[in-house]
Parts: sequence; structure tokens; C-alpha cells
Amino acid sequence: MRVPDQSRPAASSSSPVPDLSDYARQVRQTYRALLRRRIGILGVMGALIAGSVLLDFCLGPSGLSPSALVRTLLHPHDVSAGQSVIVWQIRLPYALMAVCVGAALGLAGAEMQTVLANPLASPFTLGVSAAAAFGASLAIIMGWGIPGVSDAWVVSADAFVFAIGSVLMLDMVSRRRGAGTGTVVLFGIALVFAFHALVSLLQFVANEDALQDLVFWTMGSLTRATWPKLDLLAAACVVVAPLSFRAAWKLTVLRMGEERAASLGVDVPRVRRGALLRVSILSALAVSFVGTIGFVGLVAPHIARRLLGEDHRFYLPGSMLVGALVMSLSSVAARNLLPGVVIPTGIVTALVGIPFFLAIVLRRRGLS
Amino acid sequence: MKTGLLAEHICVHYGRRVVLDDLNVGPFPVGHVSALLGPNGSGKSTLLRAMAGLGESRGTVTLDGQDLSRLSFAQRTRRCIYLPQTLPATVHIQVLESLLAAQHATGWTPAQPEGDAVDGALRMLDVFGIADLAMRYMDELSGGQRQLVGLAQALGRQPDALLLDEPLSALDLHHQFAVMEVLRRETARRGIVTVMVLHDLNIAVRMTDYDVILRDGQIIAAGPPRDVITPDTLRATYDITARVETCSRGLPHVMVDGLS
Repeated sequence: MRVPDQSRPAASSSSPVPDLSDYARQVRQTYRALLRRRIGILGVMGALIAGSVLLDFCLGPSGLSPSALVRTLLHPHDVSAGQSVIVWQIRLPYALMAVCVGAALGLAGAEMQTVLANPLASPFTLGVSAAAAFGASLAIIMGWGIPGVSDAWVVSADAFVFAIGSVLMLDMVSRRRGAGTGTVVLFGIALVFAFHALVSLLQFVANEDALQDLVFWTMGSLTRATWPKLDLLAAACVVVAPLSFRAAWKLTVLRMGEERAASLGVDVPRVRRGALLRVSILSALAVSFVGTIGFVGLVAPHIARRLLGEDHRFYLPGSMLVGALVMSLSSVAARNLLPGVVIPTGIVTALVGIPFFLAIVLRRRGLS
Repeated sequence: MKTGLLAEHICVHYGRRVVLDDLNVGPFPVGHVSALLGPNGSGKSTLLRAMAGLGESRGTVTLDGQDLSRLSFAQRTRRCIYLPQTLPATVHIQVLESLLAAQHATGWTPAQPEGDAVDGALRMLDVFGIADLAMRYMDELSGGQRQLVGLAQALGRQPDALLLDEPLSALDLHHQFAVMEVLRRETARRGIVTVMVLHDLNIAVRMTDYDVILRDGQIIAAGPPRDVITPDTLRATYDITARVETCSRGLPHVMVDGLS
């Protein structure tokens, strides 16, 4: 028996492959080369991120030379206090925060798109960012905080509570009997509108100063990066990413269809719950620390899919790295596009993201 | 001891609607291909899924005397695998990788008689005549090719029972017969139970060994195809007037004369 295959000339009628062992060797070589190529791509992305972080670290409005910056990094006590502050409290946390936020949003988006079987799923499009913005606006405009949380953390803490709440609501909907992935996505879109409306309501009653603060918050900016926040987000990435990678085979099978995955022994509701829990931690932390950063969570998985295919052993880390790279480059652009001005990173990523977004919508191959 | 696949007192309901009520069916014999026949909505797929342990159902399913409900879900799917009617999705992943993923899905890979998982996957693709598709992406394949990949994924897990929901639906005539040949051969060679939902009565009567006809969740007939597929049962099942004739080569052939 033979399946017509246009790319090859018709082989013998009984079997397309006359000698399986020879063919097996050939396929194995091709497959190994493919795996090596994918590892290579991940390596190149890692190198690009390192380069971008260096660029992000060296370029900026302070006018310090790269050598002075590196000297400050290595010998913080030998330079002026001002220079030390620029390097240690501004440049380094910004550059590293960009990487962590990008990685967190990239991984969160990748897992979301897989478990919800939707190419448009991301923390931004399903309401996590909008929920965080509402939490932040409660803190900024109404001054509502969580008891015991210090002033420096109150905006982030409020944003986190609402962001994680929104993912838990998505999770609850996905657990309902008979709720398909389409239902979850629609519910997420409803969340976006609901939280946007609530934020607008608060803006309507806000005084001028608070309004300005909130508008700036929703633009998303890495200038909010501090070491404790960076540590927390980095720790979350380090803990959560291995858990995601461990589920890589199951998630790959899930991509072939929910029913098929179940028939192959994958406990689909459990895998989905686990993924949404990881998504909630990563995206809620990232968004609550830096504000609304659109599109990275949506675009990074699509780029990773094009580059690496959908074997989640590569797709998940790839998505993380693409996210980190896009964020880091956005951070460079945000600080250097206009001389002397740091444009909120959220604006830059959105502008970079829109062409990708349109390209995906107009050419939906790979995930349909 | 290999006594086949037996389902007893199976009850399934979707909401308030009872689909199967205390159904006893089988044993589906080892080494032979069995078919579930019946009109749309008669409960064939539901029965198949219940036997595989998917969805909520009550009753006992035993495979070679072992109560499958005592196994964990992952273990159960290793012994008894269900192949859904929907085709594998058009994912950007190579055919070979999709087979590897299917093997790794429960964190356990079946032992290969020789070589490693890649060899095993290629052998399985070769069984279904699609070894040449190994490095092609799933989103480049036709529906029929994906259905063959799905079959290779299922058989590649080396189950003891193979439950197939309309495995021929996307295949052309040549491949319908070819897949039936492969399934008959592999079922006998591996000593496994194969049960499939079929709509083509001629394939059932010619190429299966044990048939069960269902209507509205009730068994109309069960046994060897020549005993089960008769004008009387076809009228009772499908409301049609039909004959089972013997063709010039002595093979049975179902001919439908009209609605009854």
C-alpha cells in the first residue's frame, strides 16, 4: 500500500521504502541533524540575548562609555556614587528585567496557546494584563492596598492579585463540564472588556495626578524594575520553567487534539490545570511588576513555532528565549529611539508586535 | 489466559439522556478484527469510549480476565487504546516526532523488539506504508495520510486492545482495503483484540470476524458477520430492505434495495 506523495517519485507498489534499515539510518541522520539545528537555534538566540543585554546595558542617555560601565560593574567602590547608582540601580536591573519579563511572558503565551488550542491566546489577549491594570488602578486611584504590604509594593501587589484572579477564573471556566477551549477564550475576551471598562470608570473619577500615574502604568515600563522584583520574577522563572519542560511531551500530544491526547493516556484536565497555574504565576508577576506589556506573550510563541516546530521540548524554551530577546531589543529601542527620553516599553513592544500580529492573522499556518 | 475483551453492565448517560443502559457485549475475540455496526447515534462510539475508560461510565470491562478499571488511567490506555474519529490536528511537527510524542505521552515508552524508539516508529510507519512520510510535517499531509499516522501512533504503543472509531473515514477505496488487511494481519500476529466502528457493511461482512449491531443503545445482533448481517437485522437496524448475495467469486455482498 502506498500513499500518493507528490514530493517523491512513485516507489515500488508494495512498499515505498525498499530497504527499511538503510532508510532508517538516513531518517535517523536527518532527525539528528534537525535536533542539532534546533539546539543551535536555541544557542544562537541565547547569544543574541546576551548581545542585546550588553547593548541595553551600554547604550543610554547617561553618556557613560561602555568601558566605564563595565568598570563600575566589576569595581563598584572605585567609582563615583552617581555612576554606581546608574549601573547598579538603573542599567543592570532594567536590562535583566527585560529578559525575565520577556521570558516569562513568552513561556506563559506558549503554554496558553497549547492548552487552549488557540493561536490568539496570550496573557494580553485573555485579560490577565487588563486585570492587572485594574488592580493597579485600585491602588493608584483609590489608594486601596492589601494590609501588610508596603507602599513600594502596593501597586504591584494589587495588580498581582487581580492578574492571578483572572487566570484562576479562566481555569474555573475550563474546568466546567463540557466547556471547550473556545468557551475559555471567549470568557477571556469578556474579561478584557470588563476590566477595561472598570479601569475607564476609575479613570473617570480619578484626580489629575492619579490619572497621570495610572496612564503611565498602563503603558508598561521597565523603569519600575528593582532588584527585589527582579529576584522574585527570576526565581519564578527558574522554578516554573523546568515544570513546563517536564510536561513537554504531554503538551506536544495535546496539540494533536484533546481527545487524541486523552486516548493516549494524557490526563488532559490535569495538564491544562497545571499549565494555567504556571501561566498565572509567570504572567501575573511579569505584568504586575512592569505594567501592560502587550504582544510579547502572543508573538513569541508564533516566532518560536516557525523556527523550531511544535515539539514542545524545543518550542517552550524557544518561546521563552524569543520573548526575552524581543523584550530586550524593545528595551534598547525604548531608551534610544528618542534622545534623552525613555519611551514606555509597552508602547515599543506593541508597535513591534502589531505587524507580527497582522501577519499571523492573515497567514494562519501552523496552528489552525 | 487470552479470553478477549468483555464489557458488562455498561451504563453511560450524557446529562439526563441515557445512551447505554446495562449493556453486555463481547467477548471480542483475540487475534481477530471485530466491528461495531449501527446507525448514527446508536451508541457505537460511546461504547468504544466506555471500554477505553474515557468519559464517565459505569460497568466492568475486562481484558483477558483483568478488570481494566483497577488500572490507573495511564496504565489502562497502555493496555487498551482508543483512536478517536477526529484526525490528528494539522500541527507543525514531523510525523516521526508525532509518533515519538505518542509513545512518550504517559512518561513510559514501549520496549522495542530491536533498535530504539526511532526504529520502532519507522517500523510502525512502514506497517502502514507511510515510512516515506517520516520527516514530513503533519500540517502538510492530506486527511487520509494523517489518519494513517494516527493508526501508526496507536499501534506503536503496542496495546493489547485497539479500539478504532471509524478508522477508514478519510481513506480512499484502496487504502480502506489496505488498512483492513494491515489490521487483520497485525491483530493476528500480535494476538491482540481489535474493535472498530464501521459504516461500510461490505467491508464488515468480508473483512471482520465478529460483529455487533447496535441500535438505540441496544444490541440487535452479535456474532460472526454472516450470522449478524442478514436482511432481517438490517431491516431492524437501518429500516432498509437489503439482501446479502454471494458474488461470482463466492464472496458475500450486501445490496440495498430501498427503504423499508
